[in-house]
Amino acid sequence: MAAPRRSGLSLLRSELRVLFGRRRTWALLLALAAIPVLIAVAVRISSAVPAGRGPAFLDRITQNGLFVAFTAMLVSVPLFLPLTVGVVAGDTIAGEASLGTLRYLLVAPTGRVRLLLVKYAAALAFCLAAPLTVGLAGAAIGAALFPVGPVTLLSGDVIEPPEAAVRILLIAAYLAVSLAGLSAVGLFLSTLTVVPVGAMAATVVVSVVSQVLDQLPQLEWLHPWLFSHYWLGFGDLLRQPVLWDSFVDNAWLQAGYVAVFGALAYGRFVTKDVLS
Amino acid sequence: MTGAAQGPGSWTYGLTIETQGLTKRFGQQLAVDGLDLAVPRGTIFGFLGPNGSGKTTTIRMLLGLAAASAGSVRLLGMEMPGRFQDVLPQVGALVEGPAFYPFLSGTANLHRLDAATRHTAPATRKARVNQALERVGLGHAAGKRVHAYSLGMKQRLGIANALLSPRELLVLDEPTNGLDPQGTREVRNLVRSLAADGTTVFVSSHLLAEVEQICTHAAVMSAGRLVAQGPLPELRRSGTVRIRLLTPDAGAAMAVLASLGVAPEEAAAQQDGQVVTAALDAPAQGTSPGSNLSPGSTAPEDIVARLVEAGVRVRGFAVERESLEDRFVALTGEGFDVAQ
Repeated sequence: MAAPRRSGLSLLRSELRVLFGRRRTWALLLALAAIPVLIAVAVRISSAVPAGRGPAFLDRITQNGLFVAFTAMLVSVPLFLPLTVGVVAGDTIAGEASLGTLRYLLVAPTGRVRLLLVKYAAALAFCLAAPLTVGLAGAAIGAALFPVGPVTLLSGDVIEPPEAAVRILLIAAYLAVSLAGLSAVGLFLSTLTVVPVGAMAATVVVSVVSQVLDQLPQLEWLHPWLFSHYWLGFGDLLRQPVLWDSFVDNAWLQAGYVAVFGALAYGRFVTKDVLS
Repeated sequence: MTGAAQGPGSWTYGLTIETQGLTKRFGQQLAVDGLDLAVPRGTIFGFLGPNGSGKTTTIRMLLGLAAASAGSVRLLGMEMPGRFQDVLPQVGALVEGPAFYPFLSGTANLHRLDAATRHTAPATRKARVNQALERVGLGHAAGKRVHAYSLGMKQRLGIANALLSPRELLVLDEPTNGLDPQGTREVRNLVRSLAADGTTVFVSSHLLAEVEQICTHAAVMSAGRLVAQGPLPELRRSGTVRIRLLTPDAGAAMAVLASLGVAPEEAAAQQDGQVVTAALDAPAQGTSPGSNLSPGSTAPEDIVARLVEAGVRVRGFAVERESLEDRFVALTGEGFDVAQ
């Protein structure tokens, strides 16, 4: 037997191929892409949007199609993005357990820690793919249905479309980071059960609860600790120069959630009897 | 397949699987109770027991999927689960039925499981996957999604997965489940050819005929405990030989048997008379019924002669060796397939 090449990445490659190769993932991404399309079409067929009504940026779409991307990303934050991320993160371990493939991965052998890391890395990849899909689909449909021109930022500065595209990518990155904490929660919940739907639903419920708590003024002391607290804070990326404060605060908060729920997932999964 | 003769593949150990006091407790229930299993290297070892007797739980502990509540496991001479990174690459396993991603093809499934470990060479992956698929006769269906596979095809794919790399030990949990007679035969031949190459094969089953045909050794579990273990001929030998007499003169026959030191057990009425059965006292050698009775026991032909001398009308006489099945039912206390 030849000395095996000890590549730690082959499982990650395989995991990404399985995740992004399966129809369910494509259905989730298509559903996300449908959001900007619906917004753009709705705005196109209705005559005019009164200023100040509806989601932020909505009234600017008719002048500049790129605002479809910003509007759609904003709209998808509270529910659609957490929903899709909940499906993927909740499925990580529980999905393998319910198929029975978990036991075959472990006797292959795959180390449990390595499997957990690979699963989380793949979930993070989806966290980036999801807002990216919304943003890119939004820019594309916006460019197709509306004129594209210089974008006026929240700070009043004007940037050219190529730089606006960079801002769209930045917001996608911000949202990906925002969803990292929720993914860690989902990963942990996924180690608790062999019923993937349960872990998915629980993850989505957690994200809704966090947002509801964030709305209650009585719990103001708690707000900075909720993983959804900075979810809508990407407006600072639409200033000139870019204000990175909320990005950094958000990243630290998410890192804390990843550490805590990553440790919980580790503690649970490493000692878990795989009986499915 | 190249044997792992050099480097980390060569160990010096006598027992491929060795457990000491292996115990698994689920809450109040003892699923496995103080198991001392010893599987010699190079054997085909049948692991028998009724459903629910703890076979699969034991296999899960052997492979490190479940933690033992007490006791220890050594595989290939190494402590499990501590050294799973050294042990498991040399172990192929089919645990509690095959399990695959239904949305992937057979080939893609094997690629995924092979990529899951750092101990296989990616360069040879394609060739090894194809070889394993050919070996279980799935070459034609390799590109189909597992979703479309029959149970037997999934079972074959599961066995192919166990054969992806050269293995020191194969653990096959109910390997012929769902297979047609042709497939069952193929699995038997496969197991024999693997064992001929020096692989130890540990087959769990509740099908005695299967075990009787291929195994060299066996262990029997009942309600979480090991009730017998050893070479198959030895397990068989401990069974008794019985005679079965059909006669209308049951009373006289029983008197003759008693005078010969053979205790008659029962007399049951039948159409042509009564059936008298008795166990020959000394255990017999050999494997086929009626041959090589041990020297100490009364020979069946002598019994017949004495019966005829005494005027007993012998209408039927048979010597019956307790089958492996009788032996195991006696050991486990219940029929196979009976959950406890």
